[in-house]
Amino acid sequence: MGTVTLASKRRRAALRTLAFMSPWIVGFSVFFAYPLISTVYFSFMHYDGFRPPRWSGGKNWTYVFEHYPLFWPALRNTLWLVVVMVSLRVVFGLGVGLLITRIRTGTGVFRTLFYLPYLAPPVAATMAFAFLLNPGTGPVNSLLEKAGLPAPGWFNDPAWSKPALTLLALWGIGDLMVIFMAALLDVPAEQYEAAQLDGASAWQRFRYVTLPNISPIVMFAVVTGVIQTMQYYTQPLVAGKVASGVIQGAGTQFEPGYPDKSTLTLPQLVYNLGFQRFDYGSACVVALVLFALSTAFTALLMRRRGGLIQAGD
Amino acid sequence: MPTALSRAIPTTARKAACVLTASLALLATACTGQSGSGATDDPSKDTTITFWHAWSSPSEVKAVKALVAGFENAHPTIHVDIVGNMTDDKINQALRAGGDRAPDVISSFTTNNVGRFCSSGALVDLNPFFEKSGIDPEKTFPKPMNEYTRFDGNRCAVPLLGDAYGLYYNKTAFEKAGIAGPPKTWSEFEADAKKLTVPQGSGYRQLGFMPDYHGWESTTEHYLGQFSPTYFDENGKSNLAKDPAFEKGFTLQKKLVDELGGFARLERFRATLGDEWGPKHPFHTGQVAMQLDGEWRLGMAEAAKPGFEIGVAPLPVPDDQADQYGKGYITGTIAGIAATSRKQNAAWEFLRYITTDTDAVVGFANDIHNVPSTLAALKSPKLTYDPRFKTFLDIAADPHSTTTPASVNGGVYLVTIQEFGYDYESGKVTDLRAGLRKTAAQIDTDIAQAR
Repeated sequence: MGTVTLASKRRRAALRTLAFMSPWIVGFSVFFAYPLISTVYFSFMHYDGFRPPRWSGGKNWTYVFEHYPLFWPALRNTLWLVVVMVSLRVVFGLGVGLLITRIRTGTGVFRTLFYLPYLAPPVAATMAFAFLLNPGTGPVNSLLEKAGLPAPGWFNDPAWSKPALTLLALWGIGDLMVIFMAALLDVPAEQYEAAQLDGASAWQRFRYVTLPNISPIVMFAVVTGVIQTMQYYTQPLVAGKVASGVIQGAGTQFEPGYPDKSTLTLPQLVYNLGFQRFDYGSACVVALVLFALSTAFTALLMRRRGGLIQAGD
Repeated sequence: MPTALSRAIPTTARKAACVLTASLALLATACTGQSGSGATDDPSKDTTITFWHAWSSPSEVKAVKALVAGFENAHPTIHVDIVGNMTDDKINQALRAGGDRAPDVISSFTTNNVGRFCSSGALVDLNPFFEKSGIDPEKTFPKPMNEYTRFDGNRCAVPLLGDAYGLYYNKTAFEKAGIAGPPKTWSEFEADAKKLTVPQGSGYRQLGFMPDYHGWESTTEHYLGQFSPTYFDENGKSNLAKDPAFEKGFTLQKKLVDELGGFARLERFRATLGDEWGPKHPFHTGQVAMQLDGEWRLGMAEAAKPGFEIGVAPLPVPDDQADQYGKGYITGTIAGIAATSRKQNAAWEFLRYITTDTDAVVGFANDIHNVPSTLAALKSPKLTYDPRFKTFLDIAADPHSTTTPASVNGGVYLVTIQEFGYDYESGKVTDLRAGLRKTAAQIDTDIAQAR
């Protein structure tokens, strides 16, 4: 009798735990586990969205890695953006945050000026940038020419399109600026005073006081930046379309990546394969590559995070 | 006997895993969408069908309503729910999913998906319906339109008005340059384009013609259409490296690019020009003297009130095909019946009316300012148009006019050819023959992947 009571108590406790966990379990199952399992499943199937899927083995994987001409350029571009754009955004965001926390007058004005661009819708902001950076009629090149400087082709030049996208990302730095400002203002003032008493220079105070204190925020900014860049879709697509002059209407087929595949990113391939080519299997392969890359980057950064904190200790 | 696995995983967890697996399998199956058929409905009984189309401007929506009103007057038992401004993505999704709110009849501005729709069974084969109604499509529609509405013998779409491509030219600029009339061969075109080009600084005061493949409608398929290429051989393999028409087409375009200032200079100039659908289109503004474009450009150009007289002519032909002058590239809107529709007979009555009834087609063409899509409508005295528009009617009726065939993976092969075109015009690829061979192999690989 005593054993039964104990077992039923345990069962009830387990059920209670499950009941409390159920919102998470449902959310995790529906929005993460099921899509992930489906993506793996469909990556081995031939599926055009109309007919029932059929087993195709590793055909989709071979196609994407060996025969799909857009995959490697898109992967290279995505990695370029992850390395260059994310790094510059973190450095620039931290720099702006430091500047605004240090200046004594006009803080509100500068904070507003740097934050406002972040609120601009991505499509509108990208279109505005494409017009500003138009190599023939844009004011930026007019100014550069007047100053006797070379005028790049920006979104119309494969060598300049990614730097132009990076400029656009730096312009919308408001989100990181606010996060870094909060972190910088949270660093205990007495640590700076102690460092100053010890004769630490400005750089040494930043390196050994500021950086270790804000390192979790830096890590957060890098990890979320990497994940966002892995999902980078709207801005390169809009920039490519506006610069190419091809306004996609009903009945036209636009291959993303203008100019010369330089603005192609992996998320664009998922759309291109799945919804333009009706090849859901190959689209799932690219989605899994994105998932693997995001996981690998995050794991690597989390491991490096320990080193960053220790270096500052 | 318990196994190592069953010992390692508790019973409850195993049961939960089984339930989860079954649920996932069920969900996966639910997402696949099944096509059904059911042409058992009686169109003489009161019924309502749903028609999805892509037209969106007020005048176009009004024209669609007028077309449908004409049908409902002629068929009082069939009512049509019209849903406009539907993009291809939405149409594709609805064709997959089916259901009560899905369309019975769809129309799409692109012919690119016909191969996919036919091969997958997303749209029903209309051959039995045509036979039942005693209509011979070969005698009803122009040849290119018959080609782009079928795939592997399956006719799953019908042309619903068409687009014909021709040459627009600035008559005033022609007179100034001492050119008597529009060029008829590519050699004449080349000479005229050079004569009409007036350089200014690093750009142009007037460019004879914008030859770049990004130059709005000067896409590879529109150029190549004038060379009457055969895109696929009898085995469905790409003919790109085998049919000399492709080599001639690419060579001509590259020559134009080089002779009119070079790729870099032309691209720099192109970046300064207005967009295709706006009033600042470079042909409207006089910045470009000749323009390869569809029949819709005439109305748009006149609406922009250009300071010159607009001339319209067929596009030039290769010198060795001078006898075929008058042909052009044809494409257009297509319509079909969803395989998921339970009212296919009623849907066919509607589709038959809007695509084959001469007065209905003529009325719709007059309202939309597109080219009619039946041979009878092309000759109808009820057609009202600017005299210059007749050029496009003649191109549509010309037996040598061409189109791009439907493919199992839609317009992917056209995009692949276009991508090669970008590489060739920019000088990134210099060996044309090798490039064509490589592109053909890519097209074959893409098609094998789609099958």
